[in-house]
Amino acid sequence: MAETTRTSEGAFLRHPGDGELPRWREGLRAYGMIAGMWIRSSMTYRASFVITVIGNLLVTGLDFVTILLMFSQVHSLGGWSLPEVAFLYGLSATAFGISDLVLGSMDVLGARIRDGSFDTLLVRPAPVLAQIGADRFALRRLGRITQGGLVLGYALLHIDVNWTVGKLLLVPMMLLCGAAIFGALFVAGAAFQILAQDAAEVQNAFTYGGTTLLQYPPAVFGKDFVRGVTFMLPLAFVNWVPASYVLGRPYPLDLPPGAEFASPLVALAFCALAGLAWRAGLKSYRSTGS
Amino acid sequence: MGAGRLYAAVAAGGFRRYATYRAATLAGVFTNTVFGVVLVYTYLALWDERPHLGGYDQAQAVTYVWLGQCLYATLAIQGGGFEKDLMERIRTGDIAVDLYRPADLQLWWLASDFGRAMFQLLGRGVIPFVFGSLFFPMALPTDVTSWAALLVALLLAILVSFGIRYLAALSVFWLMDGTGINQATMILGIFCSGMVLPLNAFPGPLGDIVRVLPWAAQIQMPADVLMGKTAPLHAYVFQATWAVVLLTAGRLMQSAATRRVVVQGG
Repeated sequence: MAETTRTSEGAFLRHPGDGELPRWREGLRAYGMIAGMWIRSSMTYRASFVITVIGNLLVTGLDFVTILLMFSQVHSLGGWSLPEVAFLYGLSATAFGISDLVLGSMDVLGARIRDGSFDTLLVRPAPVLAQIGADRFALRRLGRITQGGLVLGYALLHIDVNWTVGKLLLVPMMLLCGAAIFGALFVAGAAFQILAQDAAEVQNAFTYGGTTLLQYPPAVFGKDFVRGVTFMLPLAFVNWVPASYVLGRPYPLDLPPGAEFASPLVALAFCALAGLAWRAGLKSYRSTGS
Repeated sequence: MGAGRLYAAVAAGGFRRYATYRAATLAGVFTNTVFGVVLVYTYLALWDERPHLGGYDQAQAVTYVWLGQCLYATLAIQGGGFEKDLMERIRTGDIAVDLYRPADLQLWWLASDFGRAMFQLLGRGVIPFVFGSLFFPMALPTDVTSWAALLVALLLAILVSFGIRYLAALSVFWLMDGTGINQATMILGIFCSGMVLPLNAFPGPLGDIVRVLPWAAQIQMPADVLMGKTAPLHAYVFQATWAVVLLTAGRLMQSAATRRVVVQGG
């Protein structure tokens, strides 16, 4: 009897490898519960919720209105037509929208550290990343996904592409990997906020700045800039590289063959790095103590 | 004289409040610089296709971008200045205390927002602008008069920006919650100020409309004054007219609110 107890305890303590999967699930479960709580709370004020969804749609739509305004004056931008730019836009906005829905509240982390409520998250029996990711989960962010999806739909109907199986598969792949890459940016940004508490806006430069820049053709930007976005901060793999291939447009840089299919690898590596950064950040955390 | 000192002190307080958050300011400088770079490239491509769009050449379009990034926080184009505080005070009922103070409500908040704007201009606006002028070709005047003219246009722009947001804040006396109005202020601010595209590059009737709205006084007018695209006097009259209209409307709304509305609170 005593033997069994010890074994089961021992198994729990001694095999962290076995604990990984349950911890994953535990995180997802915690995430789901916290997100559900925030959804229920926002649904209490239904009218306000509807208005904020519409507002969100309009705010995020402004980016595309800008592009439409530009195309009211020109027929192409950097040699790309409106449907082609819309294709880039739809991919970038939808991928960003997904990660923004899932992890978009990361920028309140700095505020939580400043007012000391981050400590509460640390003592709760659930992974901190899941808690902070689901913090203030806002369904209104569906507005961005909807709007990005509509533009993507328009683009798919109007671009002139010889569809192959590979090209067809690239579209959902770009959305998933793009969301993962942006998600990694959010997590890395959160780790940075643990170090620099009220510098949440730096994160905006990469997340919002990133999605904005990916809405325009790579040919528009300077070569060094494109190099930085391709090799240093691999945002180009959200849509630029694969979408250039789909549209049959040359990418401004020489890339190794197969680069257009490399997004999953890039996303995986980027997520791993962000995970490491998050762990390092969490370890270095010192409470404000006030 | 005494009153002048009071409002000067309030303005200094507004300045110091924002000056406290140094990391946040640096972060803002970085973000404005990144967005500026992205915008510059897209504008250069646009002006490549359509040279002289809106009467600007490429260097002038680039100048417009960096002036916009410089003024983005200064003029609180997407909101987020004093009006958030004022809305919260109206919502909680703390406004009753403010109304008892021997100071004018509108002037008090104007002074506080002026202090904020001055800090944002110096702390957050100048660096992206200088960065832009170092790394991209810009059409900057070399005579002192143009820069002095810009300064006057900026002061008037700050007044107009305050006037718009004061009206938005006071609406909470009736609406009770500022979320919707803040969102509207943000959308209108970004779109109609010409943050996304210079207003003179807007097509057709849409362009005619946005160019006469008060938001045109915020970035378009200072930019045109700096680059000599418009006679300063013409810009000043446009800006001052809107400033007077908005501030008067704010006054009227304030007296209506304080007379008819029951203050919230327990």
